[in-house]
Amino acid sequence: MGEVSVQMTVNGRRRVDTVEPRLTLADFLRERCRLTGTHLGCEHGVCGACTVLVDGAAVRSCLMFAVQANGAEVTTIEGIAAPDGGLSPVQAAFRDCHGLQCGFCTPGFVVTVTAFLRDHPSPTDVQIREGLSGTLCRCTGYQGILSAVRQAAASGRDGQP
Amino acid sequence: MKPAPFEYHAPDTVAEAAGLLAELGDGAKVLAGGQSLVPMLALRLAVFEHLVDIGHVAELQGIERRDDSLWVGAGTTQARVEASAEAAAAVPLLTKATPFIGHFQIRNRGTLGGSIAHADPAAEYPAVALALDASMQVVSSAGSRTIPARDFFDGLWTTTMEPDELLAGVSFPIWGGRSGFAVEEFARRHGDFAIAGAAVGLQVDGPGAIRRCAIGLIGLGSTPERAEAAELELVGRPIADIEPEDVGRLAVADLESVPADLHGSADFRKRVGAAMVARAWTTASAEARSG
Repeated sequence: MGEVSVQMTVNGRRRVDTVEPRLTLADFLRERCRLTGTHLGCEHGVCGACTVLVDGAAVRSCLMFAVQANGAEVTTIEGIAAPDGGLSPVQAAFRDCHGLQCGFCTPGFVVTVTAFLRDHPSPTDVQIREGLSGTLCRCTGYQGILSAVRQAAASGRDGQP
Repeated sequence: MKPAPFEYHAPDTVAEAAGLLAELGDGAKVLAGGQSLVPMLALRLAVFEHLVDIGHVAELQGIERRDDSLWVGAGTTQARVEASAEAAAAVPLLTKATPFIGHFQIRNRGTLGGSIAHADPAAEYPAVALALDASMQVVSSAGSRTIPARDFFDGLWTTTMEPDELLAGVSFPIWGGRSGFAVEEFARRHGDFAIAGAAVGLQVDGPGAIRRCAIGLIGLGSTPERAEAAELELVGRPIADIEPEDVGRLAVADLESVPADLHGSADFRKRVGAAMVARAWTTASAEARSG
């Protein structure tokens, strides 16, 4: 079973590597790129903790092989904050609204919500709940996360960070 | 939770993909969006020596009107179907079914053809394809053929395609006139596979009688099901005289292999299915009457 070469851009940086085809994008990011902010919960597409952006689309990186991302532009949680390390509006809102406790699911939520608000800048509560439904959190009871999305949406509309 | 090793192939054309499937035999599996296949590989419910990734085949992408049907390339993502104005205008049932598929992250990768070829009886697109009499365009290195939806779904996760055949596209008939469409599902949580669901299309003629109707049933058999006896019974009757609850009862009356599991008995599923048909009928008939 041969290895194959793969190249992609991860958080603006070009990565070239040789991988076993069965290596998931999640494991590629964590083990080869050392970007361990992408968390693996269930590894079969249920929990959403491993969500990353592939060419702008939020996807589960455990349900994609690294070879399938060949040529793609990938953004992980490490690429969400401003270059100076300042929190993105979504990250700031999660902190302000107690949108996290243990933090395991948070990278998946932040990446998901970042893509969701880009596509739905003024979401209704029903849309927010649907947008969050593909990501599991066992600590917060989701209410803080809902508030965080509302706040991030409002701050996006006001142009405030 | 790691898939077993496999050899990876990434053809650029349908011909190349069909050639690979012919050469590699039944040790090969087509990888489309991977939203059903990759979990099965991760859990090692399935093991294949070769995966043929059709994600780079441009011919398998697209949504186009072709005469009186809408052609959707098998590799088209569910997210693209969901956002397509062309699909919404031509085959509203497809657009209405799409938000019920998993979550938006799943729909960003999952494809229409993958969902139909996977043939899960609890999935939305197989039931829509069956209800609307869609035709499957299937390609192998020996040529291509068209399989009507009614002959396509063979059993749980099984179709009548041969191992060396590739689903290239699906054509959905376009209904004109005064028609209405609705999809209803009951699930424990948003995005879960439904306990039962229904996809309903109906069309009324000038005086208000049912000209045609289509009732697809989700999660109520080992394949997607279609309530043909109920459809026959309803065609020709004035829409105003039809009670949605009667449609629901009729639609589930003949079901023989309703699944039973922790989430519900077969009887419970049938009752939920009847309620979903009734709800979908109510919405679809209101739409048709106002059209």
